[in-house]
Amino acid sequence: MGNQNISHQPLLRKLLVVSIAMFFFGFALIPLYDVFCRLTGLNGKTANTVAAPSTRIDTSRRIKVEFIANRDDSIPWNFAPEINSLELNPGAVKVVNFHVKNLSAQAMIGRAVPSVSPGAAARYFKKIECFCFTEQPLDAHGEKAMPVQFYIDPQLPAEYSTITLSYRLYKSQGQTVTR
Amino acid sequence: MNQENIQPIDSTAPHHHDQVDDHKPRGISRWLYTTNHKDIGTLYLLFSLLMLFTGGSMAMVIRAELFQPGLQFVDPHFFNQMTTVHGLVMVFGAIMPAFVGLANWMVPLMIGAPDMALPRMNNWSFWLLPCAFTILLSTLFMEGGAPAAGWTFYVPLSTTYSNDSTAFFVFAVHLMGISSIMGAMNIIVTIFNLRAPGMTWMKLPLFVWTWIITAFLLIAVMPVLAGVVTMVLTDKYFGTSFFNAAGGGDPVMFQHIFWFFGHPEVYIMILPAFGIISSIVPAFARKPLFGYESMVIATASIAFLSFIVWAHHMFTTGMPVAAELFFMYTTMLIAVPTGVKVFNWVATMWRGAMTFETPMMFAIAFIVLFTIGGFSGLMLAITPADFQYQDTYFVVAHFHYVLVTGALFGIIAGVYFWIPKWTGVMYSERLGQCHFWCSLVSVNMLFFPMHFVGLAGMPRRIPDYALQFADMNAFISIGGFLFGLSQLLFVAMVFRCIRRKGEKASAQVWEGAEGLEWQIPSPAPYHTFQIPPDIKSGH
Repeated sequence: MGNQNISHQPLLRKLLVVSIAMFFFGFALIPLYDVFCRLTGLNGKTANTVAAPSTRIDTSRRIKVEFIANRDDSIPWNFAPEINSLELNPGAVKVVNFHVKNLSAQAMIGRAVPSVSPGAAARYFKKIECFCFTEQPLDAHGEKAMPVQFYIDPQLPAEYSTITLSYRLYKSQGQTVTR
Repeated sequence: MNQENIQPIDSTAPHHHDQVDDHKPRGISRWLYTTNHKDIGTLYLLFSLLMLFTGGSMAMVIRAELFQPGLQFVDPHFFNQMTTVHGLVMVFGAIMPAFVGLANWMVPLMIGAPDMALPRMNNWSFWLLPCAFTILLSTLFMEGGAPAAGWTFYVPLSTTYSNDSTAFFVFAVHLMGISSIMGAMNIIVTIFNLRAPGMTWMKLPLFVWTWIITAFLLIAVMPVLAGVVTMVLTDKYFGTSFFNAAGGGDPVMFQHIFWFFGHPEVYIMILPAFGIISSIVPAFARKPLFGYESMVIATASIAFLSFIVWAHHMFTTGMPVAAELFFMYTTMLIAVPTGVKVFNWVATMWRGAMTFETPMMFAIAFIVLFTIGGFSGLMLAITPADFQYQDTYFVVAHFHYVLVTGALFGIIAGVYFWIPKWTGVMYSERLGQCHFWCSLVSVNMLFFPMHFVGLAGMPRRIPDYALQFADMNAFISIGGFLFGLSQLLFVAMVFRCIRRKGEKASAQVWEGAEGLEWQIPSPAPYHTFQIPPDIKSGH
């Protein structure tokens, strides 16, 4: 019977290891993508950390910055920026407030996730301070203004004249504050 | 040069044939406990035929609803369930098991092995499938119905906006995945370890080559599918946030992981068909396959490229231009090895002494119609154009040309080609030709006009549509019903052969057929190649 006496176990074991490794590779794709996007600045993700202060102001041009706020169905809050847009020189620091009001009779924690459009301009949008850096607790029927302090990096390529900063507010998961 | 040198030692194969008892149990337990590759191959093929009609009847519901604009027969939610379950059943229940069934039957015969290397695992990998599909299809009868998020189950449709059928769906996909992975491992181990002495790698029939490459694709990507459905499950039920922006996840990440599985998956569903066509065309052109080595290299190249093109399914998700260009060019690159294959098939036929029996007719239709599907794929690969085609019936036309007139026609061609070997009787040529011509005309009535309505802007996955598409859709639906009915002829052909009605087939069956499987008697004895055949080294 010649080759039928070959043991199949070693090859089978290798194949099994490969398929188990690929199962975990599927999960590993998530941090891998995050690293990739952070390195390349893709995906319109702004750095969710404090940016260095502005060093110079480019007075030769003005950039329009638009603000969008919307909320997930999971969180019964009003959420809106105080102004819809403003114009500023690259390098000039501005503060814009976003108002939230808890419409429910329960204290809860919100979390805002920022996104910048066009995505390739995201890395030039510098936030010195932002309510999106931390979780935002709010009492039942409570309200407050949440500031974002930012500037546009003067190195912003010339083809961008309008940048949109969008926030989506979510209920922070499993962390509803008990009264 | 690959096959014509293969000669077994006289009378090695049929030595069990004349004995009355081949030690198989009778009745249902034969099929439940079988470890015989031929029995398991038969089970896979019959299961896939059943699933073809299950998924097909859902397609008939879809086409009935789309026969006229407005809502006639089903409500939109049920319509979505139909498109979703139709896709899942056809991909995982009809096409993939049919290929595994053909591999079970033919790979041991083609390489001179007595059976699959791991026969008990083989039994298990088949019997998981009916369990998986019972679970999946049972959701149709549950409150809230079956999954309705599309076969691609994008989040948040499959998490936030789905009902509890998601849990059944995920578990069913896990079972299908385990089944496929075990089947693939079995095929790899069989081909690596059980080749007859002298059956070197570059003598393997192309069906064996395409299947081993497919098996590696399966092992690489089915676990990723298992991972992504697991993430959907935990996102929905256990509070994780893999794809949930509220918890720091990203819904687009789902698409990346899904298509990392999904694109190799489409080659899993076509490479074995390439192998079948590469077996059939030389037999009926009575010439050896043109460019054997280039066929092997092309298949391997397609498999490699399939891993680096996945985001062409996601051009409209807002990718950076650099990424869109990368995925556009790599996708177009696939046309090169695919073109090599098509030209090799044509060159094999060139000046061959061709005859046009049913397997050859389906093979030629495959080459022409699959190429049409390939061309529409190239159109979709053009990023700026894709923004227009995205989510329209043009996409539906494209993937049905490659999956129905590609994969399914390949399988049907293979069944006509090998069924005389399996059953020992020739199928009815008149029935076969009738099936072919009915299928050919109706399948083009069904899918060709979809290109036009798609370009005109009709979106996919909708139960109702704008009035200007009404005539085209009525025509498409008629084509759909005719195509569905035509497949009854196929069933009639199969059952005639199973009931041994027809002319007795010779061992060779086809005048121009070459390879080990044609050197054992027809029907193939229950046990073959218990003593490995001797492969003469030629040239």
